[in-house]
Amino acid sequence: MTKLLIENISKSFGENQVLDQLSLRVKEAEFVSILGPSGSGKSTLFQLIGGLYSPDSGAISLDGKRINGKTGSISYTPQSPSLLPWRTVLGNILLGGEIVGETDHALALQMIDKAGLKGYENAYPYELSGGMKQRVAFIRSLLSPQSLICLDEPFSALDEFTRLEMQNWLLSVWEEDKRAIMLVTHNIEEALYLSDRIIVLSEKPTHVKKEFVVPFPRPRQASILLSEEFLNWKKKIYNELRVIM
Amino acid sequence: MNIWHKGWRPVLVLILLFVVWEVSCRLFEIPRWLLPSPSQIVLEGAEGWSNYYHHLTATIGLTILGFLIGASVGIAVAVGLHLLPRLREAVYPIIILSQNVPIIVLAPLLVIWFGFGILPKIIVITLVCFFPITVATLDGFKQTSSELSHYMKMAGASKGQIFWKLEWPYALPSIFSGLKISATYSVMGAVISEWLGAKEGIGVYMTLASSSFRTDRVFVAIFLIMILSLVFFTLIVSLERMIVKWKPKGDGKGRD
Ligand SMILES: Nc1ncnc2c1ncn2[C@@H]1O[C@H](COP(=O)(O)OP(=O)(O)OP(=O)(O)O)[C@@H](O)[C@H]1O
Ligand SMILES: [Mg+2]
Repeated sequence: MTKLLIENISKSFGENQVLDQLSLRVKEAEFVSILGPSGSGKSTLFQLIGGLYSPDSGAISLDGKRINGKTGSISYTPQSPSLLPWRTVLGNILLGGEIVGETDHALALQMIDKAGLKGYENAYPYELSGGMKQRVAFIRSLLSPQSLICLDEPFSALDEFTRLEMQNWLLSVWEEDKRAIMLVTHNIEEALYLSDRIIVLSEKPTHVKKEFVVPFPRPRQASILLSEEFLNWKKKIYNELRVIM
Repeated sequence: MNIWHKGWRPVLVLILLFVVWEVSCRLFEIPRWLLPSPSQIVLEGAEGWSNYYHHLTATIGLTILGFLIGASVGIAVAVGLHLLPRLREAVYPIIILSQNVPIIVLAPLLVIWFGFGILPKIIVITLVCFFPITVATLDGFKQTSSELSHYMKMAGASKGQIFWKLEWPYALPSIFSGLKISATYSVMGAVISEWLGAKEGIGVYMTLASSSFRTDRVFVAIFLIMILSLVFFTLIVSLERMIVKWKPKGDGKGRD
């Protein structure tokens, strides 16, 4: 049932030790959020899982296979949408699949429709708003064939309204096709609303500081955002983070 | 049209310049062989068409051939150096250094080595053309956004996929800036190469004109070269508009 297993990985960039003996586990079809101070190495963690760099020590395994330094095993959405400016919305969405050699045109069009981007299939990224670009980057991730999705602060550039809309959209898509998701965020509410489990990271050199299992039932209702219990949880996690920062 | 809004000032200056030129020639009665007036040049340009049009077509042909070869060599060199970083470190400084050797001094050498055929001419144009293209293309490859290349790598893209799906399209606007410069240089390259010895071409027409003190014809040749350069430049700009379609219309700059 374990999808991703990270055992005692460390990583330094020169003198700068970023990760120190970090371990964590993500289960099949689990939605895990990572909270941590800025500069603690959250993006670095994703880049290690994605194989862009190799950890200095420790092991990363996906479905029981070691993937240290191996690219192509996760579907990744970087901190900024990173769309190719010369490709249309459809072309960008198909990119993830194209790289591994399997594209599904019909499904892509269907997802575009569902994301409220109908009519923009042939638009170039410069013609889209920030929220629309983010949605395109999402769909690209979701349509990439890899079974683990890593999202690096995908909502940070959005205003409050668009953010909630996008969160709901992500949840609805995920409920239909449950894959393991790791989400990096700075926003405690977002982590609580979306995930099954929250992992709090320490300051640099970074390890896992604390884990919380989020008790709210699925499918999540937006109404929990205003409940007493939600607020209590928010306080609890906030206190944990305050100690670090 | 934008160009008419911004373009009227330089046009006005040009017209003024021609008027001063024309008036001075008449006022001071400057002999025609020393400095012909604009009206005399225009007249020669119109009446002498049958004299020089075969020279013109020869130069156009040579320019196009030379430019195509020069541009291909320039792009190929850039791609090679980009894919082999070690080689780039070794060769790039030499390429820069080579630009300090004026083509004019190389030309006689090329004649000694390759004779008077088309080959030395193509070499001259290639030498003139390839440098701006190679530099611009390499620059374009180097500027590839690291964010995008991180994304591509983590998505599992191979080196070839990264090159064709990311680096090449990313460099296209830079390649076109190189092509635009080279397109204008290539006309000059063609004329210089015709001075090496050719049967026809604007370069030949110019040499013949100057040795017989037909200064008006020399000026006709100069204007032909300018017009030709401008036409080639415009052609590349239109080609760029057709191919690079993802830039916002209007200011020509990306939004993000
Ligand atoms: N390629 C790299 N080379 C050198 N240092 C790096 C590199 N990538 C990251 N770092 C360093 O690693 C540390 C962690 O960076 P990282 O981007 O992973 O932080 P983060 O937790 O994602 O921060 P944020 O929340 O602000 O996005 C920083 O000190 C950064 O300077
Ligand atoms: Mg980050």
